[in-house]
Amino acid sequence: MKKKILINGAVFCVAIIILGFLQRLLMPKYMYAIPEGNLIEEYYDEVKNHEVIFIGDCEVFSNISPVTLWENYGITSYIRGSAQQLIWQSYYLLEETLKYEKPDVVVYNVLAMKYNEPQKEAYNRLTLDGMKLSKSKIGAIKASMMEEEDLITYLFPLLRYHSRWSELIAEDFQYILKKDTLSHNGYLMRVDTKPVNVIPKGKKLPSYQFGSNSYNYLDKITKLCKENDIKLILIKSPSVYPYWYEEWDEQIVTYAKENDLTYINFLDVADEIGIDYQADTFDGGLHLNLSGAEKFSRYFGKILSETYGVPDQRTNPETKKIWDEKVKFYYDMKADQEREMAEYGYLKSYGAQAQQLEE
Amino acid sequence: MEEVLEILRELHPEVDYETCETLIDDKIIDSFDIVTLISDLSDEFDITIPVEEIKPENFNSAKALYAMIERLLEDE
Amino acid sequence: MLFTSYEFLLFLIVVITAYYSVRKKHQWILLLAASYIFYAIAGPTYLFYIIATTLSTYIASYKINALQEKQSIYIKENKGSLSREERKEYKAIMKKKQRTWLVRCLLFNFGILAVLKYTDFAIANVNSLFSLFGRNKELPFLRFALPLGISFYTFQTMGYIIDVYREKYSYERNVFRLALFISFFPQLIQGPISRFDDLKKTLFEEHSFDAREISFGLQRILWGYFKKLVIADRLLVAVNTIIGSPKEYQGVYVLIGMLFYAIELYCDFTGGIDIVIGIAQVLGIQLEENFIRPYFSKSITEYWRRWHITLGTWFKDYMFYPISVSKPMLDLSKKCRKWFGNGIGKRIPVYIASIIVWFTTGIWHGAAWNFIVWGLLNCLVILISQECSPLYLKFHERFDVADKGWYRLFQIGRTFWLMSFLRTFDCYRDVGTTFRMYATIVTKPNYLELFRGGLMHLGLTPADYIVLILSVTLILIVSLLQRSGSVREKLAARPIWLRYTAYFAIFLAVLLLGAYGVGYDASQFIYSQF
Repeated sequence: MKKKILINGAVFCVAIIILGFLQRLLMPKYMYAIPEGNLIEEYYDEVKNHEVIFIGDCEVFSNISPVTLWENYGITSYIRGSAQQLIWQSYYLLEETLKYEKPDVVVYNVLAMKYNEPQKEAYNRLTLDGMKLSKSKIGAIKASMMEEEDLITYLFPLLRYHSRWSELIAEDFQYILKKDTLSHNGYLMRVDTKPVNVIPKGKKLPSYQFGSNSYNYLDKITKLCKENDIKLILIKSPSVYPYWYEEWDEQIVTYAKENDLTYINFLDVADEIGIDYQADTFDGGLHLNLSGAEKFSRYFGKILSETYGVPDQRTNPETKKIWDEKVKFYYDMKADQEREMAEYGYLKSYGAQAQQLEE
Repeated sequence: MEEVLEILRELHPEVDYETCETLIDDKIIDSFDIVTLISDLSDEFDITIPVEEIKPENFNSAKALYAMIERLLEDE
Repeated sequence: MLFTSYEFLLFLIVVITAYYSVRKKHQWILLLAASYIFYAIAGPTYLFYIIATTLSTYIASYKINALQEKQSIYIKENKGSLSREERKEYKAIMKKKQRTWLVRCLLFNFGILAVLKYTDFAIANVNSLFSLFGRNKELPFLRFALPLGISFYTFQTMGYIIDVYREKYSYERNVFRLALFISFFPQLIQGPISRFDDLKKTLFEEHSFDAREISFGLQRILWGYFKKLVIADRLLVAVNTIIGSPKEYQGVYVLIGMLFYAIELYCDFTGGIDIVIGIAQVLGIQLEENFIRPYFSKSITEYWRRWHITLGTWFKDYMFYPISVSKPMLDLSKKCRKWFGNGIGKRIPVYIASIIVWFTTGIWHGAAWNFIVWGLLNCLVILISQECSPLYLKFHERFDVADKGWYRLFQIGRTFWLMSFLRTFDCYRDVGTTFRMYATIVTKPNYLELFRGGLMHLGLTPADYIVLILSVTLILIVSLLQRSGSVREKLAARPIWLRYTAYFAIFLAVLLLGAYGVGYDASQFIYSQF
């Protein structure tokens, strides 16, 4: 009898190990093709004492460079951004982040206010699969699921990715145990350029009113920051696509006034920032490239530093040590990307496909 | 009894009805045969074989069939 | 709650855990509660219908039983004083009263089924009649929602009341136990259609935790999911592609569609039944088999004895026999024998009953002409082979091939393709289209397309085909092994490492190769629509 229990126990353990291994093997690695998928989980390896946390969609992780903020103002920051991050996901990511650390300032990019409902399973995965299991993750999943989705497939992603066995590629085996860090504190670098040809006019919408669900989560973010004594800044990043309507802007202005928050629409000051839409974007206006992101970060950093008094940490030797490494990684990657541009004329190993699929 | 055997032999001449006790279980006679049997037996013995009597234990052998007929004759 | 949903698995785990935790005498009550919860989740309004069927059947069975008891007491008490004629007369009167209750019960319950399932079919036909006579008045469809499994539980319940009337067994005195018999959740959706005297042996009994039974049950469930998720749901894509555009996929694709549909339907339906029987086994309850390797049949009659067995025996016991041995039929048979001679005369009642049964079988599968034509064609093939049996006999007398392996394989192949042809009516859901597609098999000689990658346009990848070939081969091997006894028993006799590897391999196959989740449509078990 005892022997039987022992055998069954052992078999059970082996089965669990095999299943765990298969799950790791079958989950997408996001190392080359869709690096956005890797952003959320990279945070956990960080030393978590940032002064500024950015939350939001690609308009934060493509447009803001924490290394620039560090180099110019000694601001330590992290971007918890992800592709088409919906506002409830931003809320739960912030909730989770606050369990690890207390920043002075949280910056939220308001573009996602336009989505009142879950949009697409694939994007949910890019944001949620990377999160560590926590109450915040469950909350985020529940808020994000499309009708045909099941909670259990997020808890056991093998149930979602089981059919990838026929599509496995080399990177799936290569990165099965350890994955690379691809971002610079949540910033995805791109040095290539694709100018904006035409500044598009927004299509007429049936309604410009933000949905009640969006507002509800904006309220929650506001409340969460107030409770934790964090300054919340709402921004609209200087990307020309997707179109940011005047009507939307007015609603955010009103909301900021009512809730005693700062709202900065950087589209209005693009000239002042010095953004040249011929040279500073890599996909015709959706996202800024490195040169654009650095310009924007320098401009925004000044505000953070001067208006909000975010302290300079460069005098702290421990912090400096950490950031020196980051700076090195940053310039190494920049050099490598420039090499690829020179060699191939495009970024061979730094694709950002999901961003391009988005619109 | 002899009449029963006669009728059975008419259906499947090759079967040895005096010893076989698994006419239904071994699918020797099928549902079409059963209906024919009932029709012939009711004629021969002038009885009505109600549908509830159609069960394997009544049709598995010539003996069982005959027992059923006797019982039905009794009841008449 | 589909069998393939996560919710159902959760429901199952909760029910099984509770089942072996409550007091044993309360186990059946727990099952009743679980069944009603299961049904309520499917649609709260459906509960109304199943309760109506339960209550009406209970009342009728109570009345019939009361009359039966009254009769036996009366006869016993007046044993000496009643003459034979008087007794017979009394019995006849009582039988008539019982019959009144039986007929009321049948009319009420088949009435519900007929109204819900066939009203729109009737309306459609009336409308086409109208237009035939130039009247353009269209009656609107009523579009009733069809309660889950109504065809199955109505048949099961009506079998019960007929058996009570026939005094095959005594009625169930406890209305809640009857309610469980009618609503037992695993078999509610797609059968098997159980007999009360079979099911009650284990349904209401107390069951202790039996590791072996539970293990066997779980294995059977797993096997069912394998058939359903790995094969059936994968093939579904290709089958739907083919039947979805009859203009595009003709000729050889019709044959491919038949083959794929045969495999899909088999895996879907028997996989579902494996899950049902497996769940029951885990609960210690024994359900009867519904399939015995039907595709190994050598004739259509044999096929129908091995495919959807419980439906076939239901029709035989409650429809075919009652019609064919009824008094009017026997009288007709007598007359026919006089007019047409012994041979034909004898067969007339059987043939009439067969036609009625197959018409009903067809319409039971669905309220549409394609199903009726399908049923009647089955009947036609069976009757033709019946008529030809003297020829077969002669053939076998002359040529000694009956026991040859190749001849048996030929017979099996012939039966398989014949059934596949007939089943095409079920695919296209339209009689005209089906016949047109038959024609293209001859008129469109596009057979070479198969060698030019034709199979790659059906929505399946080469990887899918590899999975299909391997898993169908596995099914075939298991079926061959099954002929000499339970495969699970055989496996249980093997060394432990082999056993566990086999279980885990099947589990992994379902998990990894199953066509479920995002990217695959959650498809219902084919048979739950009926």
